[in-house]
Amino acid sequence: MDNLGLLMDGFGAVLTPENLLYAAIGVLLGTFVGVLPGIGPAMAVALLLPVTYGLDPIAAFIMFAGIYYGGMYGGSTTAILLNTPGESASVMTALEGNLMARAGRAAQALATAAIGSFIAGTIGTLLVVFFAPALASVAVDIGAPSYFALMVLAMIMVTSVLGGSALRGFIALFLGLTIGLVGLDLNTGQTRLSFDQPLLAGRIDVVVVAVGIFALGEALWVAAHLRRNPAHVIPVGRPWMSGSDLKRSWGPWLRGTAYGFPFGALPAGGAEIPTFLSYITEKRIAARKGHDEFGRGAIEGVAGPEAANNASAAGTFVPLLALGLPVTATSAVMLAALQGYGIEPGPSLMTDQPELVWALLASLLIGNVLLLVLNLPLAPLWAKLLQIPRPQLYAGILFFAALGSYAANIQAFDLFLLLLLGLLGLLMRRFGLPVLPLILGVILGPLMETKLREAMALSRGEVSALWSEPLGVVIYVVVALVVVVPIVVRAVRPAAVVPAVEPSGRVEGEAADNQGNEEALR
Amino acid sequence: MVRQRTRRTFATVVALASALALATGCGVTRGPQSNNMTMLIPNSPGGGYDQTGRAAVAVMENADITGGSFEVTNVIGAGGSVAMTRLMNAEGDERTMMTAGLGVVGSLYSFAAPYKLDDATPIAQLIEDQEGVLVPADSPFKTIDDLVQAWQDDPGAVVAGGGSSPGGPDHLFPMQLATAVDVEPRELTYVPYDGGGPLTTALLGKKIDVGFSGVGEFEGQLSSGELRLLAVSGDERLKGEGISEAPTLTEAGIDLVFTNWRGVFAPPGISEERRDELIGMVEEMHETPEWQQALEDNGWIDEFKTGDEFTQFLQEQDERVATTLEELDLL
Repeated sequence: MDNLGLLMDGFGAVLTPENLLYAAIGVLLGTFVGVLPGIGPAMAVALLLPVTYGLDPIAAFIMFAGIYYGGMYGGSTTAILLNTPGESASVMTALEGNLMARAGRAAQALATAAIGSFIAGTIGTLLVVFFAPALASVAVDIGAPSYFALMVLAMIMVTSVLGGSALRGFIALFLGLTIGLVGLDLNTGQTRLSFDQPLLAGRIDVVVVAVGIFALGEALWVAAHLRRNPAHVIPVGRPWMSGSDLKRSWGPWLRGTAYGFPFGALPAGGAEIPTFLSYITEKRIAARKGHDEFGRGAIEGVAGPEAANNASAAGTFVPLLALGLPVTATSAVMLAALQGYGIEPGPSLMTDQPELVWALLASLLIGNVLLLVLNLPLAPLWAKLLQIPRPQLYAGILFFAALGSYAANIQAFDLFLLLLLGLLGLLMRRFGLPVLPLILGVILGPLMETKLREAMALSRGEVSALWSEPLGVVIYVVVALVVVVPIVVRAVRPAAVVPAVEPSGRVEGEAADNQGNEEALR
Repeated sequence: MVRQRTRRTFATVVALASALALATGCGVTRGPQSNNMTMLIPNSPGGGYDQTGRAAVAVMENADITGGSFEVTNVIGAGGSVAMTRLMNAEGDERTMMTAGLGVVGSLYSFAAPYKLDDATPIAQLIEDQEGVLVPADSPFKTIDDLVQAWQDDPGAVVAGGGSSPGGPDHLFPMQLATAVDVEPRELTYVPYDGGGPLTTALLGKKIDVGFSGVGEFEGQLSSGELRLLAVSGDERLKGEGISEAPTLTEAGIDLVFTNWRGVFAPPGISEERRDELIGMVEEMHETPEWQQALEDNGWIDEFKTGDEFTQFLQEQDERVATTLEELDLL
């Protein structure tokens, strides 16, 4: 039977009023636990999983799907409202999301995140339905050399977010790379930069870095200027998205989905790189279109990364269902859950237990719909949270940041670390160092190192192995284009910069120039 | 004024709601007389220790063995050394336990922790997991002898991978196997992967020649014939399609029995009576049909040891790990 028919059968099994109630409870629980600081999706699912025990498999699935999507979405809520991302995948959301919130557009940021998550989750799940086995067999052929090439590409892209001063940008980037070095070297078992502190011997969690630099650093900065700057009240803003918000969001939603899904489907893809690539893409597109709000709260910067994040999460079902491979902490928890429900993921899953698989996929789609239905009306309510007067608001942010860093590991040392990073964040703001390159350094550095060393170990030190995979070569070509083309374009068309200043007369020429640029960037 | 008040009311409601959610999400503060207990897990949710620890806790809670609730806390960091430090600092605490195993023994050495597992109070070994030697289906290595032959010809030419960093079970196993067949372990090429998932990917994509890891995680690939099992590390063959055909190392003429194991520990300095009580609880758990079901679901081998027998086993394990790491100059 064809997949569509099987999916419909899945819906038939799942869609009962009782099951919908379970899904709704799951979404609410997932959202509320996901909102708690320090509890990412993996922890939220692990915490709430026992709630689904004792239900029959279908009801358990659907509740579980609700918890899963709710937990994912809950993390972006704190990123937007309080600048405290709950997991590394929502770090990018915090950047523009929190700026939007502070400009009185929290409701729009939350709404675009919810709708983007919904669209990406739905498209992603449908792609899993139709292509999982085919994708999975392609994905395992992609090895360390290609991943390393991807990291090189991401690293090149970082240079476009260095900010006004390249020197300051690079200082921040290298600070981040250094923080990323702290801990155990996986290949040799040696510890680096840990100063004989066993608590530093593991890696420093990206979330602690992001919360320290973003939330704590910002709070300290505001506190340092409280007396000098008049207390400005966050404007109330409109409760819903306007037509232009929607118009600006749909492109990022789709592009974010296109970035996120393949990365999720790759066994070592993850969600960090696609959210970052989506952010950069949207920033570039916005700059080209001339209404660049990035740095002041651009809705594109929330819509894209959130869609990428959720599409990547849906993508992880490809290796999970088709190969039985859990590739993220969340999917490891889910694998355990699926086994608990009597599903044994692996190559023969799709043929051995079709009813359960299709019921699960149908549940994921329904969970996604309910997430939207329940959370969209909540967005204006959440946004009201920011109406709390500034001293209390920042006290609340500090409390949640501290609680989050502590709750992740119940370790007083993490609070000390958080404070230290907060001070670093304050100093960076004082000396005009951009914080984004630092965070990217912390995320990309270790990934890049791991992949390079894996590639080198596999080839026993043969450097040519780095361009031994077709995908890797393609990516290096893209890297070359990204680096070389703008230089060439600038050299060939020195006049291209001028027309923007001229009020009229050269409109046609300008349009042609823009077109040229667009082609070059593709 | 009115506006101000609604704002404040709203803030209070939000604060109360979060407090409530926290209280329900993270467990309730325990009173001095309660029987509520905590289980420390030395790695992240979804990992091996997490599965074993949570399974044991679930069985004990359902059968009401401890007479109270049982809270699970993941203490992540330094391959379990951070959790171990927590356990050692909880000296005399009679309501805390920790799940640990062979990987933690290695980590305590790698991270130069000032204590060994048997410095805590060993309660019981719960399970055993056999390691397997895995190759892709079309690998030139048809038997374990082929691999040994290739190693003896040129140890570095065979790219081996495992799901743990140096000092962990998947690293110790190939190293001890090499020693057992007179190959210098330092000359092996070993690529560490971040757990069973990435390792399977590397094997399926033929990025590595041979993988060493717990057999349980590969059941699907082995029964479908995508991967082949050359040998298992325990003293008995395992059951299962594509698994039961694989000989033990001893059957293949190699003098090595290696198993990964997990068990539970209490903090140091607890009273003799409490230790016996905890052992009693775990024994009671071990007898339940739910635990037997959990063993079967997870493919764990029922290898149960308590008290002095477990302590003695730990000392042997510790010595073996230390010897291997010394041979590799990792100590």
